Amino acid sequence: MEKNQSRMQLVAMKQSFFDQGLLDEQFIQLEELQDDVNPNFVEEIVILYYGDSLRLISSIEQALKERNLLDFNKLDTLMHQFTGSSSSIGAKKVKAECNLFREYCRAGNIEGCMKSFQQCKKEYASLRKKLEAYFQLARQVGSSEAACRSK
Amino acid sequence: MASPQNFASKLTALVVDDHKIYQKVHQKMLNNFGVKSHVVENGKEAVDIHWHGKKFDLILMDMDMPIMNGIEATKELRAMGVCSTIVGVTSRSTEEEILKFMEAGLDDYQEKPLTIPKLTSILHKIINSNPI
Repeated sequence: MEKNQSRMQLVAMKQSFFDQGLLDEQFIQLEELQDDVNPNFVEEIVILYYGDSLRLISSIEQALKERNLLDFNKLDTLMHQFTGSSSSIGAKKVKAECNLFREYCRAGNIEGCMKSFQQCKKEYASLRKKLEAYFQLARQVGSSEAACRSK
Repeated sequence: MASPQNFASKLTALVVDDHKIYQKVHQKMLNNFGVKSHVVENGKEAVDIHWHGKKFDLILMDMDMPIMNGIEATKELRAMGVCSTIVGVTSRSTEEEILKFMEAGLDDYQEKPLTIPKLTSILHKIINSNPI
């Protein structure tokens, strides 16, 4: 009973990611690649995404510190990488904020860049928190199913 | 859940990308089709592996890479006489950028992220043009 409830909770959690526009079809593509050979494939990819994101966010923050001497080309390049990374897991809202930042970059709009970067970080933090909870529950559901199979 | 479709199990592929996530995702996609794949991190490594005599049926070539980018690597591979199917896979999407990449010698171009249906279509084209 409890196992079924956890499984239903997992399904509902995942559906909410799509309903709230946090993730797109690319996440489903990743799930379709997961199999018995690589049962944690999606989580492995998402963990790589976290590492990549932290590095890029830190680099962008550094670059934005030079407020009066902003290198918009460098900022655009860094944000292009973050956009690509976010696309790879289907992080739809994060990607949208990245694209907005790049528009401000191209327009040389410092204030716009600052604001949209804060929003980028906020969306990323929110997505990460939700995905961490999702994978934690997925592992619990997975391990209880494995325990049942071994009985 | 992936169900391996081994129709492409006689094919080999080279993934040329500096991005760890895309390396893993594209390699997994290819492996699920039974394609034997190899990964390199930039265009220079792609060129070097061919100088060492390796051949591949398919090359998935990213555009933006350090040391040697996808455009330069594609030009060099074609100049070396490499006839593999080279598919540019990139998140760049202005017409000018796509044209420049295609003119370097690509057979096809796909926007990242590559999807399973797109890869299926690419593999079918290779098999149909080289019936075994």
